[in-house]
Amino acid sequence: MTTAPVLAVDHVRKIYAGGDRRVEAVRDLHFEVTAGELVCVVGPSGAGKTTLLRCIAGLLDVTGGEVRFEGAPIDGPPRGMAVVFQEYGRSLFPWMTVRANVELPLKEKRVPRERRAVLVRDALATVGLDDVHDAYPWQLSGGMQQRVAIARAVAYGPHVLLMDEPFAAVDAQTRADLEDLVRALWSRLGVTVLFVTHDIDEAVYLGQRVLVLSNSPTVVLEDVAVDLPAARDQLSTRALPRFAELRAHVYGLVQQAKRGARTVMADPTAIGRPNVYEGRTT
Amino acid sequence: MRLLRSTLTAAALPVALVTAWWLISRGSQSFFWPPLSDIVAELRPTWLGERLRADVVPSLLRLATGYALALAAGILAGLAIGLSARLRQYCEPVLEFCRSIPPPVLIPIIMLFAGIGDQMKVIVIVSGCVWPVLLNTAEGARAIDEVLRDTARVYRLRPAARFRHLLLRGASPHIVTGARQALSIAIILMVISEMFAASNGLGFATVQFQRSFAIPQMWSGILLLGVIGVTLALAFKLVENRVLAWYFGLRRHQ
Ligand SMILES: Nc1ncnc2c1ncn2[C@@H]1O[C@H](COP(=O)(O)OP(=O)(O)OP(=O)(O)O)[C@@H](O)[C@H]1O
Ligand SMILES: [Mg+2]
Repeated sequence: MTTAPVLAVDHVRKIYAGGDRRVEAVRDLHFEVTAGELVCVVGPSGAGKTTLLRCIAGLLDVTGGEVRFEGAPIDGPPRGMAVVFQEYGRSLFPWMTVRANVELPLKEKRVPRERRAVLVRDALATVGLDDVHDAYPWQLSGGMQQRVAIARAVAYGPHVLLMDEPFAAVDAQTRADLEDLVRALWSRLGVTVLFVTHDIDEAVYLGQRVLVLSNSPTVVLEDVAVDLPAARDQLSTRALPRFAELRAHVYGLVQQAKRGARTVMADPTAIGRPNVYEGRTT
Repeated sequence: MRLLRSTLTAAALPVALVTAWWLISRGSQSFFWPPLSDIVAELRPTWLGERLRADVVPSLLRLATGYALALAAGILAGLAIGLSARLRQYCEPVLEFCRSIPPPVLIPIIMLFAGIGDQMKVIVIVSGCVWPVLLNTAEGARAIDEVLRDTARVYRLRPAARFRHLLLRGASPHIVTGARQALSIAIILMVISEMFAASNGLGFATVQFQRSFAIPQMWSGILLLGVIGVTLALAFKLVENRVLAWYFGLRRHQ
């Protein structure tokens, strides 16, 4: 596996300027994602997670710094990147069947017809939707709709998959299933995943790394390595003492972020004892 | 079964009214109010002979041409205006003005440069129909979901696909509303423009009958216009049900 960064977020700054109002949403975000990594991003509500993701996806121009995808600065949505949005109900074309929804990006990529049929069938089978090809998205449950959106992203064959709180609006059981689906897809396809969530458990369970963001204007508060075994399981992984430690650590960081912390001291011994930081916040 | 019931419900009042007309006018001696049976008897000989080619078909062609042009222009301009806030700011006052002009008052002006031929009638129809299509389409383009637009960008839809799969379909519920309003306006303007100045057409012929005191024929012209209007409305509904099947389904599921 190569270790070249597939994504480089290089001192990105984003100021929303609308009329005479200026909102500095992101102050200085700097990190890299290596090919094949699964990185989670957590932060309090309004931390600028969506802003960051939209900048990476090329949907939003950065105010300062730059985002590089496979070495090239981003200028509009690049080929080789797919996004799964939180609002699954609004990101599928309601006038198209499930099949047409998954197939459309492939048509735009000029994939030949027979190949498209195979890709669509495989992608839908991968997410466990073999029998709804001809249904319309609004005929499906929320969890199934999000599966369709994931299938569409997978069929597209991206190098990087961006996901913005994709499971925030589904019930707990579905959510656990979808989390495992993301892990499975990631390890099978070797795709790089950047997964935004406000759920600390989810971030620790899914990620190899968890980036904790500060409040807006955003910086990276800490880049936490998740040293859990690669084979994850909803029951046994979540029962590991190490899981609890990491969870508590990230929880502490997010609490600091909510209180407005911009930096934390690098103190590895403190992992798992977030209250050590209490006195240091400003 | 439900379909049958709703059809019967919808047809009940019209059937009752026509029956009432039939019964009340039966044996009528009034010169201006001939029996409905006379009027219906006139339909076939009056309109399905020579006049079919000379009057009915030309009218329908003008209607179709004007309506199609208005749809095309209204949808294109409406999408452009709906998608660009800048363009909208420039156009809004002018659009409000144009929309509030009753189209028939334009006929004398249009006659000045377009004569009294087919061209004039088509222009009159377009100038009246284009506004509801345009304004509704602009509204529809604005209403297209932002997440869906982002999705189209992320998956790099090319302009043709963006137009066809995102803009046109996304705005289609509004476009259909505008097109429905435009259809009735188109029929009215077709008739009026032919009454003003013409040498053939349904409106022209009907007025001719009135002027020559061919009263049953005049009534049959009015009846025919009514039938054409109802038929077009039904056809419109069929197309609408097809084009907006997803929309009605979506709304039922919410
Ligand atoms: N279009 C915009 N114009 C102005 N300010 C904006 C805009 N979008 C977001 N912001 C602001 O930028 C900051 C970050 O917003 P963002 O949506 O990126 O946060 P988030 O971390 O995704 O939040 P959440 O957890 O609620 O999804 C917020 O203060 C928000 O008010
Ligand atoms: Mg967000």
